[in-house]
Amino acid sequence: MTDLHDLYQELILDHGRRPRNFGRLQEANRSAEGYNPLCGDKVKVYVKLDDDVVKDVRFEGSGCAISTASASIMTETLKGKTRAEAEDLFETFHDLVTGKAPKLDAPDLGKLEVFSGVSEFPIRVKCATLSWHTLRAALKGNGDVVSTE
Amino acid sequence: MKALGKTADVAQASVCSSGDVQTEVCATFDVEKIREDFPILKESVHGKPLIYLDNAATSQKPRAVIEATTHYYSADNSNIHRGVHALSERATKEYEEVRVKAQRFINAAHPHEIIFVRGTTEAINLVMNSYGRANVGAGDEVLITTMEHHSNIVPWQILSEEKRARLRVAPINDEGELIWEEFEKSLNERTKIVAVAHVANSLGTINPVREIIEAAHRRGVPVLIDGAQAAPHLKIDVQQLGCDFYTLSGHKLFGPTGIGVLYGKTALLETMPPYEGGGDMIASVTFEKTTYNVLPHKFEAGTPNIAGTIALGAALDYVNEIGLDRIASYEHELLAYGSEALSRIPGLRLIGTAKEKASVLSFVIEGIHPHDIGTILDREGIAIRTGHHCAMPVMDRFGVPATSRASLAFYNTKEEIDALVAGIYKAKEVFHS
Repeated sequence: MTDLHDLYQELILDHGRRPRNFGRLQEANRSAEGYNPLCGDKVKVYVKLDDDVVKDVRFEGSGCAISTASASIMTETLKGKTRAEAEDLFETFHDLVTGKAPKLDAPDLGKLEVFSGVSEFPIRVKCATLSWHTLRAALKGNGDVVSTE
Repeated sequence: MKALGKTADVAQASVCSSGDVQTEVCATFDVEKIREDFPILKESVHGKPLIYLDNAATSQKPRAVIEATTHYYSADNSNIHRGVHALSERATKEYEEVRVKAQRFINAAHPHEIIFVRGTTEAINLVMNSYGRANVGAGDEVLITTMEHHSNIVPWQILSEEKRARLRVAPINDEGELIWEEFEKSLNERTKIVAVAHVANSLGTINPVREIIEAAHRRGVPVLIDGAQAAPHLKIDVQQLGCDFYTLSGHKLFGPTGIGVLYGKTALLETMPPYEGGGDMIASVTFEKTTYNVLPHKFEAGTPNIAGTIALGAALDYVNEIGLDRIASYEHELLAYGSEALSRIPGLRLIGTAKEKASVLSFVIEGIHPHDIGTILDREGIAIRTGHHCAMPVMDRFGVPATSRASLAFYNTKEEIDALVAGIYKAKEVFHS
């Protein structure tokens, strides 16, 4: 049970049940859709990018507790970050959920640390990273649907 | 294991009453003895005994099947239908014997009506490519149902787009049953083929295939039955059904992956153009003209999955030895027990509650996504499938993004269903649901 509680920490359950920044962002100037064809999880990420800074970010979609909580905490973490900072966060977050040691100059993940348990569940890495891949697409602004496959 | 004796008695009473020759097998449905035949059932997962409830995805293999594969490669391996040497002769004989076993298994009229393919997906694609391309034209219709697996949707979609034909879909009700009136209404003079699952993989619904075939035949429309999910659970008699095509997948039938059967009526197969070109499917080849081989070889180009076919033969023998009547009877009891047990869990909704069902318990639980249930059950050693089960239109029909699906085989027990229920309660505990 221990590793299950490592995965499903209270913060994750809370954000999974009551996702923050959920719903369309009217003033968004960037957005992208993400999809995991294996499980059917869908997410759409909206970003208001101003002077290379994420002024606001919201998401909508449906998915498991891990993917919903990941998207929710991601939106909380990103506000006020530059594109480069967002990219660094994603890399560090990706290292965390895939069980790699953080790089020396890695940024502080804050609340995102709660996803460390995912590394014990390799099959769920895609759940935790779907919203981040989608965010990256939104920031690049190529408008394609992102797939985990 | 005290509940088992009771289950076995029920199974026995309904099928072994009238002078069954298999008296020894029929003495009891000894599930513990059957489990001994499946080495994998002794495995542990995350320190817990494996409880395998993902049989609709693929079934486990009895020792006889594993040994048949090893024996073939250790003693008989060679190519078939060509060598004059002893090994080739042996391999050919064994390979062709399985054709006869498969013929008997589904009671086809002739061995040459059995075409070996990779599985149901290839079988349907073969019919679509060969029969479909030759017989479906602009304005024609192909009729399927909402509850089809993607493998019985996408090939027909490809064909319909190519031929500018229309893919019609007969709807289902809230229980997951075909709405008969709608199905009948969808059949018309433009319908060129009907393709329907015998048992729906995501819902477990057993379709009234006999009535479907009769209704289609009254209009002269041939029918393909996707039997991937039916063959492991129900006795199939293609002559009694009267279907024109029937498909099955070896790996769902306790055999290896990569081998399956397409049954087709001789008259249809004779008129159909080849599906793939290559060796073995020809009678003679010159650069000017090739003459095709006779049935079934016309549809079996190239070196086939010889080892897989021979191992499939072992699987058919194994299933026959237990008897599909007894399997169906035991599983019916197990399914009723499971449906009842799951229905009692607060917040759980069964998806697919048809009166006629086989093997499948698909469900959703309020407040817990199927993937999270799947992960938590996995830590309990319980393997189920979560997701859309390659039947996205079914998920849309029931308004859910995904379901959890437990699917049963004859080696499962009531105790395993009890463990599933306990695992679901554990998930509810983790999620405070």
